[in-house]
Amino acid sequence: MHMNDKIPLIREKALWMRRTAFAMVHRAQLGHPGGDFSAIDILATLYFGVMRFDPKRPDWPDRDRFVMSKGHATGALYTALCAAGYFPEDWLATYMQPRSLLNGHPNRNYLPGIETNTGPLGHGFPVATGIAIAGQLAGAGYRTFVLTGDGEQQEGSNWEAAMVAGHRRLSNLTLIIDRNRLQQGAGTEETSGLDPLDKRYDAFGFDVTEVDGHDPAALLAVLGAAPGSKPRCVIANTTKGKGVSFMENVASWHHGVPNDAQFEQAMKELV
Amino acid sequence: MAHAAPVAAGFQDCRNIWVSTLEQLAEADPRIVAVVNDSVGSSKLNSFQKRFPDRLINVGIAEQAMVGIGAGLANGGQIPFVSAAGCFITGRALEQVKADIAYAGFNVKLVGQSSGVAYGELGATHHSIEDFAWLRPLANLTIITPADAWETAEAVKWAAAHEGPVYLRLSRMPVPDLHIADRQFRPGKAELVRPGGDVTLIACGTTVHLAAGAAGRLADQGISARVLNFSTLNPLDEEALYAAAATGAIVTVEEASIRGGLGGAVAEFTAAHRPVPVERVGFPGFLPTGSVDWLFKEYGLSPEGIAAAALRALDRKA
Ligand SMILES: Cc1ncc(C[n+]2csc(CCOP(=O)(O)OP(=O)(O)O)c2C)c(N)n1
Ligand SMILES: [Mg+2]
Repeated sequence: MHMNDKIPLIREKALWMRRTAFAMVHRAQLGHPGGDFSAIDILATLYFGVMRFDPKRPDWPDRDRFVMSKGHATGALYTALCAAGYFPEDWLATYMQPRSLLNGHPNRNYLPGIETNTGPLGHGFPVATGIAIAGQLAGAGYRTFVLTGDGEQQEGSNWEAAMVAGHRRLSNLTLIIDRNRLQQGAGTEETSGLDPLDKRYDAFGFDVTEVDGHDPAALLAVLGAAPGSKPRCVIANTTKGKGVSFMENVASWHHGVPNDAQFEQAMKELV
Repeated sequence: MAHAAPVAAGFQDCRNIWVSTLEQLAEADPRIVAVVNDSVGSSKLNSFQKRFPDRLINVGIAEQAMVGIGAGLANGGQIPFVSAAGCFITGRALEQVKADIAYAGFNVKLVGQSSGVAYGELGATHHSIEDFAWLRPLANLTIITPADAWETAEAVKWAAAHEGPVYLRLSRMPVPDLHIADRQFRPGKAELVRPGGDVTLIACGTTVHLAAGAAGRLADQGISARVLNFSTLNPLDEEALYAAAATGAIVTVEEASIRGGLGGAVAEFTAAHRPVPVERVGFPGFLPTGSVDWLFKEYGLSPEGIAAAALRALDRKA
């Protein structure tokens, strides 16, 4: 199958993920929908176009790994895992409920398909680096993908991991940065600026590519490409709240939740 | 983030008084600055930022640097109030808190926001229930957990005037006023909320009013329970603990882990000096998904749960 043949499926899954994630957030009146929507096309591309995995064998040693470092975006992660077949759809309705396995942040002891617990920002990339080193030591063929927020890049732990990954030329590791230019309270550049992010990762020994993070074809081209000789950094330019007019680029939708009218409006737009 | 629980009549989110007090202090003293980690909104510092834009230092999502920067600001003569979610300002920056603030002895006020399980459904990573155990060995760090709006204001004022490192453990869980007559804020001293001689309920922060409720229930059963607001955890009020031990039974109540926090401190002290049954009400470890209200009820942080713990302690009384 040609890579681009996967695009309709990726789009279909991404649409279902957006609608379903927003329904979860609406029902729970909790969540982080802005960051869910900026990340969903990336997750849909990974799970339905790039990664090798078997939901029946979540501990298959040769599976490609995905680490959701921006752990607050569980609307995106849980809908991706559900769509990928890791657990039944009716579990999604328990999001945030007492004793639910769908906690506000992902817990690997609760659900299959979660590689590590995240929530505090700046944890996923170091763990993913460890997974990639383990793959190198074992001579295994799997690849490791990690998604961080852009505000999350302000955490120093990322840069410690970047130094290790660059130093060890972890070509089996791909860092994806959800570059929506917003963090919790404001823009990244007005808070503690990240630009030039490409030059920074280049200097740390990464192959850096910038893509439109909502274009499955562009994402497939870079994420699906065979590993080179260095770790890869994909700066995915995205829009926080992507897909819903009143949420796009509005900081307060970081953890804003919809009322009934807003939910209905969003369902009309997400088609 | 987590649900803004509906505020019952007479209950208040003490973050409002934290920030209005800080603004008053900052108006009078130009050395007062706020340091945050993308936490302007969650610390309720938006109005502070508007009034004193240059004195609100948002370092981004970088807690270790944030605490170190606080130490540096103190070195330069400022009085920094470093404010972030309790889980991150303690857990993420623990070595900075230890080495840069406590060990170096800088005049920094660490403000742990939304402490305990205020983040409810967001789970164990966002709960700050280990902070007491992590910080209590830092003996020169004053640890204060205000129980209501009045005490929050007093604690913020005291911290600004006090020369030395302080951890203020704040909450956004709405709490009622304790309505104690002629109150005086005395750091290092437990506050008597209700007199009693059969058992002592030692609580702090959001749980003090629940302990008072438990004492009411116990009174209905003919049991006289003393209630202490133990807002200062470091240094420990030893006099109050000797007196509590003299009632022959103690219950500790905290929105924190039962290991190493208030319950740990009281058990440690009484075991060493005046052994007496101690029942600890709090959280046993990582908690399941659930709202704040659900977690409180599930783990007995309620008048009923605390009264039941008192009966267990009384059962064990010699
Ligand atoms: C260590 C840590 N500090 C603070 C937070 C609180 N927090 C949760 S999400 C967030 C903003 C994240 O922004 P970004 O990384 O840009 O994510 P996105 O825009 O994709 O949602 C913050 C500050 C956290 N989860 N962890
Ligand atoms: Mg962002």
